[in-house]
Amino acid sequence: MNKNHNHPGRLIAVEGLDGSGKSTQIYLLKRWMEMQGLKVFFTEWNSSLLVKEATRKGKKRQLLTPTTFSLVHATDFADRFERQILPLMRAGYIVLADRYMYTAFARDIVRGCDPRWVRKLYSFAVVPDITFFFDTPLEVSLDRILGGRPKLKYFEAGMDLGLADNEYESFRIFQGRIYAEYKKMVETEGFMVMEGMLPVEKQQAMVRKYVEQKIDLPSFRWRGKQ
Amino acid sequence: MKKATQTGKRHFGTSLSGCDFSELKGKLIALEGADGSGRSTQIEMLKDWLENLGYGTVNVGLKRSTLVAEELEAAQQGNILSHTTRSLFYATDFADQLENNILPALRAGFVVLADRYIYTLMARDIVRGAERDWVRSLYSIALTPDAVFYIRVSPQVLVERNFRKNATLNYWESGMDIGLSRDMFESFMRYQRLIQAEFRRMQAEYGFTIINGNRRARAIHAELRAKVQEVLAKTP
Repeated sequence: MNKNHNHPGRLIAVEGLDGSGKSTQIYLLKRWMEMQGLKVFFTEWNSSLLVKEATRKGKKRQLLTPTTFSLVHATDFADRFERQILPLMRAGYIVLADRYMYTAFARDIVRGCDPRWVRKLYSFAVVPDITFFFDTPLEVSLDRILGGRPKLKYFEAGMDLGLADNEYESFRIFQGRIYAEYKKMVETEGFMVMEGMLPVEKQQAMVRKYVEQKIDLPSFRWRGKQ
Repeated sequence: MKKATQTGKRHFGTSLSGCDFSELKGKLIALEGADGSGRSTQIEMLKDWLENLGYGTVNVGLKRSTLVAEELEAAQQGNILSHTTRSLFYATDFADQLENNILPALRAGFVVLADRYIYTLMARDIVRGAERDWVRSLYSIALTPDAVFYIRVSPQVLVERNFRKNATLNYWESGMDIGLSRDMFESFMRYQRLIQAEFRRMQAEYGFTIINGNRRARAIHAELRAKVQEVLAKTP
C-alpha cells in the first residue's frame, strides 16, 4: 500500500462525533489485534499526564479562549506524539488512535481559529495510514449522548461560543457544526467512511476486513516466544 | 500580509479568534536578550521612569500565565518535554498572556513592558531544530510590538555576569538539552552564539533595534529612554 510516512509502524485513527460508536470500534479492533499477537498500542485524545493539570484548570475555571484551547490540545497531542506515537511507529508498532488531529481541525475551526494556522500547528504529525470516520446521523449521536441527560461540561457543550443559553441546545448546535467540518474533510483527508447505523459487530467485521487489506498484519507479530 | 487597524496595531498574519485589535491605545515594548544581558534591570528602570512620568505600566514575560506557568515550570524542572511539546507549551503560555494581559492593558492605554517576547521563543525553537515556517506560523497570532529592543551582549561578557550573579551557568541558557558539548562552558558559548546568529537573522527580517549591552546599566538605560520616548510621542 502507499504509506503516508517512512516508519516501519502503521497508524490507524478513528474520528467521529461523541456517540458515533468510534471508541467501541477501535476497542474491538485492538482486542482482535492483541489476540492475534500483534504489536499494538492504543492512545486517546487529551490524555497526556503532563498537560492534564493545565487543561483541567483551564476548563474548570473557564480560562480558555479558542486560541489557548487549541494550543493546550496541541501541546497534549505533541507530548503523546513525541514520547509514544512516533517512537512506537519507528519501532514497528501498529498505533491505534481514538481521535487524532482531525478532531482539533474540526473543533478549532468551529471555534473560529484560522484553518491554515491550525493545520500548520499539527504539521509535525504523521498522517495516519487509515482514518475511519464513523458517520452517524447527527440526531442519532445527539440522542445517544443526551438521552441520559448527562451533565455536560462547559467546553464540551461549546458554551464558550455563546450559541445558546442552555448546555443542551448549545451542544446540539456545536456538534452540528463539527459534523459539517468532518463531512468536509471526508474527501480532502481521504477518510474511510463507516456507516455508523449498522450493528456493532457488522461494522467491526468491515473495519477488520479493511485493515487486513491495507496492512500486512502477520508482519506485525511479536517475534520469538512470549 | 500584515493587517493594520485603526490604531496602527498589527499582528503577524493570523487573526486571533474573537479578538479585536482596534482601540489598542497603549504601547507594547519588548526587550529581548539572554540571561545576564541586563534585560530585567532595564525593564525595572523603564518602569520607574514611565511611572514617574505618570504612565500606567504592565509587565509580562515568559512563564507568567495563569493558565500554564506552574505546569510549564514543573515540566521544565523534570526535563521531560520533547522539543515540539515544549514549543507548544511556551506558545500556550504566551497566547494566554497575550489575550488576558497584553490586549486588555493596551485597550486601557497602558504601556506594556515585555521581558522577552516571541523572538526569544522563536530563536530557541529554531536553534533546537524546529522548522522556521512552523515557528513563524505558530506565533503569527502575536501582536507586533511598537518597539523591540534586543540587548546584545557578547558570550564572554555573559559568562562573566552569570558567574558573578549565580556562580553557575543555567542548564537551559547553556543549551545543555541539545547536546552541543558535554562541557557546560563550551556548550554555553556555542549555544549563545547560535541564538545570536538567529537574532541577527530575525533582525534583518523584523527590523528591531539592537542595543549594545556590553555597557553599564545607566548608559543602556539612557539610550532606551530616548528611544522609548520616540515611541510614546508617536500618535497613531
